[in-house]
Amino acid sequence: MLKAFVARIKQGYRTYPFPKKKPSLPERFKGRPVISDSKCNDCKKCISICPTDAIIANGNKIELDMGRCIFCGKCEQVCQNKTIIFSREYSLAAGKREDLLLKSQEFKSAESLKADMLKIFGRSLKLRQVSAGGCNACEADTNVLSTLAYDLGRFGVQFVASPRHADGLFITGPVTTNMKLALKKTYDAVPSPKIVIAAGACAISGGIYSGHPEQTNGADNSVPVDLYIPGCPPNPYTILDGILRLLGVGS
Amino acid sequence: MENMLKIYNCGVNDFKNVPCLDILKFRQTIIEQVNSGLRIATLFAMPADKLVCVLADDTNGSLYLLSSKVSKSYPSLTPACPQAHLFEREIAEQFSIIPQGHPWLKPVRFPDSSLIGITDFFKVAGSEIHEVAVGPVHAGIIESGHFRFQCNGENVFHLEISLGYQHRGIEKAIRSGEQKRLIHYMETLAGDTTIGHSLAYSQVMESLSNCYVPARANIIRAIALELERLANHTGDLGALAGDVGYLPTSSFCGRIRGDFLNMTAVLCGNRFGRGLVSPGGVNYDIDNSNISDLKQRIKAAFKDVSNAVNLLWETPSVLDRFDDTGVLTQKDCIDLGVVGVPAKACGLERDARFNFASGAYQFSQIPISTWDTGDVFARAYIRWLEIQKSVNFIENELENLPDGQTLSNPSALAANKIAVSLVEGWRGEICHTAITGNNGQLLHYKIVDPSFHNWPAIAIALRNQQISDFPLCNKSFNLSYCGHDL
Repeated sequence: MLKAFVARIKQGYRTYPFPKKKPSLPERFKGRPVISDSKCNDCKKCISICPTDAIIANGNKIELDMGRCIFCGKCEQVCQNKTIIFSREYSLAAGKREDLLLKSQEFKSAESLKADMLKIFGRSLKLRQVSAGGCNACEADTNVLSTLAYDLGRFGVQFVASPRHADGLFITGPVTTNMKLALKKTYDAVPSPKIVIAAGACAISGGIYSGHPEQTNGADNSVPVDLYIPGCPPNPYTILDGILRLLGVGS
Repeated sequence: MENMLKIYNCGVNDFKNVPCLDILKFRQTIIEQVNSGLRIATLFAMPADKLVCVLADDTNGSLYLLSSKVSKSYPSLTPACPQAHLFEREIAEQFSIIPQGHPWLKPVRFPDSSLIGITDFFKVAGSEIHEVAVGPVHAGIIESGHFRFQCNGENVFHLEISLGYQHRGIEKAIRSGEQKRLIHYMETLAGDTTIGHSLAYSQVMESLSNCYVPARANIIRAIALELERLANHTGDLGALAGDVGYLPTSSFCGRIRGDFLNMTAVLCGNRFGRGLVSPGGVNYDIDNSNISDLKQRIKAAFKDVSNAVNLLWETPSVLDRFDDTGVLTQKDCIDLGVVGVPAKACGLERDARFNFASGAYQFSQIPISTWDTGDVFARAYIRWLEIQKSVNFIENELENLPDGQTLSNPSALAANKIAVSLVEGWRGEICHTAITGNNGQLLHYKIVDPSFHNWPAIAIALRNQQISDFPLCNKSFNLSYCGHDL
């Protein structure tokens, strides 16, 4: 018992003061892509190299769908003119699917819930997570939010064991055909009003598995989605930032 | 041994040199060799009704290849060789080749979604017996899978595990010739084993294209593989502490795991190592400031993890829950062909880094950690032993990093070859096998995640345990659902 107390003192206080203090992400971290159309020479190399068809030509301009992007950075590597550059900006979440389509103008971040919903969920939001396919990396970086480094509980947010105890779903994975029914049943088991968060490229668009007949190209083909959190997987701070934006915390 | 072609890890040979035996001879050879101490690393069917098997000899690092032509069915290996059981179910499901006399011929991944979870689950009859069904959606942030328990009171008579919910068709997409996504499929076979699987894939591609990997790249790969092991083992020890209600180690390790993941992010920007390993080497070099940053971080993290983990071994209430829980005997381990942490926890010296050394491990050996009690304690303690050795390995390698390139350019794949690559991921042995066609295209690609060998072992370890110990036993294996389901 005494040893546990000594260990507690040695380990110290390690909760990061997010969102008051911005996190320091690694130098090589790939965050929100920035597109400068004026530099584009229309070579279309980025379009042909993208493994998830996230880059779309619109006239002589390019657009990048962050909902499909897996942040591999191959487009940045092939572009000689630096038209696409991955910034270190970790705030990627959006409230509408179309807001994830990046053009050269300003990115529209997720807005907080409407007043009536915020009144219900603003100070206490219980989420039921559903793995609907995918690779378990989104799950791993969601799990860490409950550790003392991020301490999700201090914002009144908690992952709970049953959909009956939950205010919403947190979905990862492309929704495999084998999970579609289980996801629908879980959604139906959450009492209304409820919210749905889709985290990771898979849950938004099918990600690297998009087009496979064994999956259904993302959660919003099964249930209505209120918050999209891009990434493959999203960094824990990207997920946390998304949830807090929904709750109007720190903005 | 005249019925088999001998190669070494990352070896390549003409596919026509793999002996193609009569099916009865094929079956008999595998059974005899497994009885004499070899084990099945992979066994699969490929188009044109061909069966291919790779047997591994842990004592001398050899791999033996053999094949056979089959028509619609053949006499099952499983009754005489239990470790073939899941492989044969997979063959039946993917290629409609029926292993006749298979005692447990059920779906593996339910490719027909309308039948997901519908199978004739084993039932124990009796007025005092009750059935508990768990999943696919579980209580925590965990992947999806279904568990069916036959219980007498608290006691588990039998557990049946039925997976397939994470099946997303990766092997089929590879066979269809998908190129742009290939490396990304490998990185996401099991997201927590990104380095392990992308390394196994890269090694196969390098063998097939006779590509030289620079020494510096080999060492960066090994450092990344050990960081992956450190992060996951640390997380598992924290989770095991959590499952017995010992919160200090649980909360400390949850954070320290992140420290190791962030070291991988120093290498390539991503906590899971996405984009780091590719055929030919690694995509990112490290400079002197990265090296000193890593040295500092690993020293600090090891100090913290030692402090946190050693509490476990000094706390009687923890040891009481770990000891004699979920025992797997060495015999069951051998029969089922178990690999990785649970095999080492039964005293079996099975570690591809040592027995089938490739890359940097050919020059810097990591001794195999074993324990002999086969229980939750042993599986936890193996993780702690491996953490210490991995930290030591990384510190040494960072001191002696050779200069030079980190990426060479692989040429086209050679035609009509077979190559096999084994990597000791943190869960255990990963096996990738590739066969090329006339134009050097990938004719067939077979992936075996260690979880595929090990899932049946959980069912055996749970027999005669209390059902309330299931989370603890399950976590002590911590197998991958997506690595199994592919």
